[in-house]
Amino acid sequence: MITAPFEYARPGSVDETQSLLNKYGSDAKVIAGGQSLIPLMRLRLSQPTALIDIQGIPGLNEVRRDNGSVEIGALVRHVDIQRNAMLRESLPILVEMSNDVGDNQVRNLGTIGGVIAHGDAAGDYNAAALMLDAEIITNKRRHQARDFYRDIFTTALEHDEVVTAVRFPVSTGRFAYTKFRRRLYDWAIAGVAVQETGSSWRVGYVNLATTPRRGSAVEAALAGGASAADAAAQSGSDIDPTSDVRATAEYKRHLTQVLTVRTLQKATMAA
Amino acid sequence: MTQSVAMTINGRRREDHVEPRLLLVHYLREVAGLTGTHIACDTSQCGACTVLIDGEAVKSCSVFTVQANGRQVTTIEGLAEDGVLHPVQQAFWNEHGLQCGFCTPGFIMAAAYLLKQNPSPTDEEIERGLEGNLCRCTGYENIRKAVRSASQAMNGTAAEPSAQLVGSAAAPVED
Repeated sequence: MITAPFEYARPGSVDETQSLLNKYGSDAKVIAGGQSLIPLMRLRLSQPTALIDIQGIPGLNEVRRDNGSVEIGALVRHVDIQRNAMLRESLPILVEMSNDVGDNQVRNLGTIGGVIAHGDAAGDYNAAALMLDAEIITNKRRHQARDFYRDIFTTALEHDEVVTAVRFPVSTGRFAYTKFRRRLYDWAIAGVAVQETGSSWRVGYVNLATTPRRGSAVEAALAGGASAADAAAQSGSDIDPTSDVRATAEYKRHLTQVLTVRTLQKATMAA
Repeated sequence: MTQSVAMTINGRRREDHVEPRLLLVHYLREVAGLTGTHIACDTSQCGACTVLIDGEAVKSCSVFTVQANGRQVTTIEGLAEDGVLHPVQQAFWNEHGLQCGFCTPGFIMAAAYLLKQNPSPTDEEIERGLEGNLCRCTGYENIRKAVRSASQAMNGTAAEPSAQLVGSAAAPVED
C-alpha cells in the first residue's frame, strides 16, 4: 500500500534533529533504516506527518569500548554488529542476536537505535538491553533500560527525543540466545537470552509480553542453586504472553520453560 | 510537495523530483523505467524487489526514494557488462534456477550480494544468505545449485563448458 503523505527532512546534526522534531510536533517521526517503520506506514498503522531522516548525522555509527562499557551508536546497523570484531569479544550475545534479525536485506538497513526507539517486545536487542542493564543515551538524557520500556511500542522517549547511542556493560561470560520461529526471517514466537555475569545469570525474554522482560524469578532461582529445569519452572511469573496468530498464550508459557532450560544448557555446554 | 533527488542507477546519474512517500521500487519501475525489479508481496517479506544500494542488498519496497538520495543503486538491468551476463545470471540460466521466473531478479541480486560477501558459501550459508527471498514455485533446489555454480565460476573453479556458455547464451536473453 502507498503510505500517507509526509514531509521529509534530512538534518546534519542531533541539535537540528531536535529542532525539526519541535517544529513538526508530536506527529513527526525519526527514521533511521526504516525497516520497522516503513512496513507500518505502508499498512497505515503509522501515519507520521513528517519523517526526520538521521542517516547523514556524523558520529552516530561508531562502536567504542571504554571503562568496562561498550557504546554503540544509534545508526550502527545489524550487519555492522555482525561484522564487528570488538563486539564479538566484548558483547558476543548481541552479535549472536544480530545474526538472527530479519534477513540480509533488513540487516543492511535496520539499526540498533531504531530497534530501541521502536520499543518492540519482539526486538531482540531490547531484551538484551533490559537484562544487561544497558543505558539508552539520547539528545536529552540517559535512560536506564529498566525504566525505558513502558508498554506496547511505548518507551520513555519524549517526542523531541532521539536515541543517539546504547551503552552496554562488557559481557564476556557464557551466553546463549534461542529465537524460536517457524521461518528464518520471522519474529520470535518466543526468544530466550541468557548471559553469565560474574557468578550470576541474567535472563531476558523476547516477545513474551507487551514489553521485553527480564527473567528475574528465573535468575533468583538460579542464584539460589536451583537446577536449570527448576529455575525455568519459575519463568511463568516473568512473562505475560498473549495468544496471537502464531500460538496460544498457554503454548508460549510451556515453550518458554522448555527454551529456558535449553538455552541455559546451550550456554553452559558451549563453554 | 516534491523533493529533488539525484542518484546513480546502474552507472547512470539521474535527477528527479519525487514525493517523499514514493517507494524506491516504484521510482525504479515507473520513473526510471527499470521494470526488471519486481513487486510481489508488497510487505517486505519476499525479496522480489531486491536491489543494491552502494553495493548492499536491500528490499526496494521498504525504502523511500528520498532515503536513497545521493547513493548508487544497482538493479538487475545493471548486472550484465557489455552484453555479457553476470556470473550469477549465467549460472541461473545454466542451472535453470527458476520455475516461473518472477522471483528471479530478486534472487539474483541477493545471490550476487551474498557471493560478494562470501565467495565460497556452504549450502547452509547459501540458504541463510537467501533467507530474505521467497520462491512460491518452491524452485529452491535449482536456485541453490545456481548459486553454487556461480560461486565456482567466479572463483575460477568451474568446469570449462559453463564458462564457454557465457558468450553464446548472452545474446538471446530478453528483457
